[in-house]
Amino acid sequence: MTALVVDALTVAFGRFTALDCVSLAVDPGEVRAVIGPNGAGKTTLLDVISGITKPVSGRVMLGDHVDLTKRSEAEIAKAGVRRKFQEPSVFPALTVRENLEIGCGPALPARDRPARIAALLCEIGLGARAEVPAGRLAHGEKQWLEIGMVLAAEPALLLLDEPVAGLSDTETAQTAALIRALRRPDRAILVIEHDMAFVEAVADRVTVLHEGRTLYEGSMAGARADARVIEVFLGR
Amino acid sequence: MPTTLATPAGPARRAVRDPLVAGLVGLCLAAAAALVVAPPAPYLVNALGQLAAFAILAVSLDLVWGYLGILSLGHGLFFAIGGYVCAMHLLAQGVAATGVLPDFVQFMGWTRLPAYWTGLDHAAYALVLALAVAGLVAFVFGFASFRSRVNGVYFSIISQALVYVSMLLMYRNDTGLGGNNGMTGFPLLFGWPMGSPGVVTGLAVAALLTLAGVLTGTRLLVGSAIGRRMLACRDDETRLRTLGYSTTRLKLGIWCLSAMIAALAGILYVPQVGIINPRVLAPDLSIEIAVWVAIGGLGRLGGAVIGAILVNGLKFWLSAAMPEAWPFILSGLVLLVVLVLPNGLLDLVGWRPRPTWLRGAP
Ligand SMILES: Nc1ncnc2c1ncn2[C@@H]1O[C@H](COP(=O)(O)OP(=O)(O)O)[C@@H](O)[C@H]1O
Ligand SMILES: [Mg+2]
Repeated sequence: MTALVVDALTVAFGRFTALDCVSLAVDPGEVRAVIGPNGAGKTTLLDVISGITKPVSGRVMLGDHVDLTKRSEAEIAKAGVRRKFQEPSVFPALTVRENLEIGCGPALPARDRPARIAALLCEIGLGARAEVPAGRLAHGEKQWLEIGMVLAAEPALLLLDEPVAGLSDTETAQTAALIRALRRPDRAILVIEHDMAFVEAVADRVTVLHEGRTLYEGSMAGARADARVIEVFLGR
Repeated sequence: MPTTLATPAGPARRAVRDPLVAGLVGLCLAAAAALVVAPPAPYLVNALGQLAAFAILAVSLDLVWGYLGILSLGHGLFFAIGGYVCAMHLLAQGVAATGVLPDFVQFMGWTRLPAYWTGLDHAAYALVLALAVAGLVAFVFGFASFRSRVNGVYFSIISQALVYVSMLLMYRNDTGLGGNNGMTGFPLLFGWPMGSPGVVTGLAVAALLTLAGVLTGTRLLVGSAIGRRMLACRDDETRLRTLGYSTTRLKLGIWCLSAMIAALAGILYVPQVGIINPRVLAPDLSIEIAVWVAIGGLGRLGGAVIGAILVNGLKFWLSAAMPEAWPFILSGLVLLVVLVLPNGLLDLVGWRPRPTWLRGAP
């Protein structure tokens, strides 16, 4: 049983092919990193998995039965998929607490929310900022709030698009520790990142994308040694 | 640090604390009481009642525009639905009482009211019908738009087209709804002669009480969990969807509610002016509603009320004193708000219940 199977996925914007027959499989409990140069199609891949973009062909299977390409964003979220966007996407008019409350999703009973939210506030270190409107947070705080929002519903598949972009070294190390702490046997995590040290710290395996195609799949050490990967990406 | 488990009611408590709305509701109730105890001149009573109806209309638009980011430039349609059904009720009641058919019916050479007027002499049925038709029209239009993800300026333009097409339809004389002359000459209200001081006062009091009720209800709504989802949807709809919420359902529900509130305003307005005609469906009237809201302060229910009362109060006064100057004054007000007070007149008093509101994310 695999947590996520991306099967021969092709995405086009007009004549431009953003993803060209990309396949990958993520096991339950695995942290997979997707790396690659800008414009490789990493964000597009997450857009398809979370239902925002529909592919030209190919399938995305969650577990063994659910084809996500046939579902709406809300249905995909209800199936246990949560996604952190590349641009921190929090609701600026709502407070930190209210953002987390919405993150709990429509299904969680109201009486279970306060405890869940209190735990999350602790986890993301924003306890003292709970009543501050999210629009007034610093960039790093927004990144963490959004991570809190996507964790609130205890997702089975977590998609993180550049979670440490714009963070300081200390914050990056803290985020790496948080993500390592999020691993669970019944949860798969797909993380996109440029920061190689960060990827090395969190990921079990890496997939290297380049111009919409898979270039390499395997360990980070293997990626560092792969001639083609070095040529298009690491070597630069 | 004490991560306050004990205060999950933070947002809910704040919802109740809106001094502007509370003040306006108090003012409405006080004004209603004053009208009953010591009524001023009937024309003033009537003007106050009309202003209250416009304020309700402004609140209905602010609910979808300020809190959900859906700018309707066709809310005159729902106002008109309420107004037309109310006019039909008043005429049907007159026919039932006097047996005399309205002019436009005689003019068409008909010997009785068209079949779809049946039962409209009953006020309760007319009220339900007005709200149901407004809700249904809003549902059909909203469902088609929201499901196919028509948003932003496209939605605004389509809503404007809708009100315009309705106006052309109502200008036809064979619809049985008065054609280009509209409907007027309402004889009775609940059996009382229409222009009598008691009826004038009663209508104004009804409008003020309805405004108080609508303000209270909508304020509770926007302060609730649903209200927080509305703000979330306004600022980032995709984000909200990917957290598992059906935004189509949310938008559709609030949109229909807003349409029914606008219809309520139309119901209260028509007996106070004594006429309805297709002019209420003119595109510029629908745009003007948006101007009231923008002038008062978008995304703040009290602001919508203040904007509607201020602009229309000024209009009542000036269109008598110097009618030709009115368009220029209105344009000047719009420019003032756009250039100097981007958050509306409430900026003047530094009114900011939630600092980061307003047009889009920072
Ligand atoms: N909505 C879109 N319309 C047109 N082109 C797009 C769209 N989204 C992404 N692209 C293009 O697809 C390519 C891959 O983009 P993206 O997935 O964002 O790359 P990455 O996240 O790997 O940097 C880029 O060339 C980008 O310009
Ligand atoms: Mg990207």
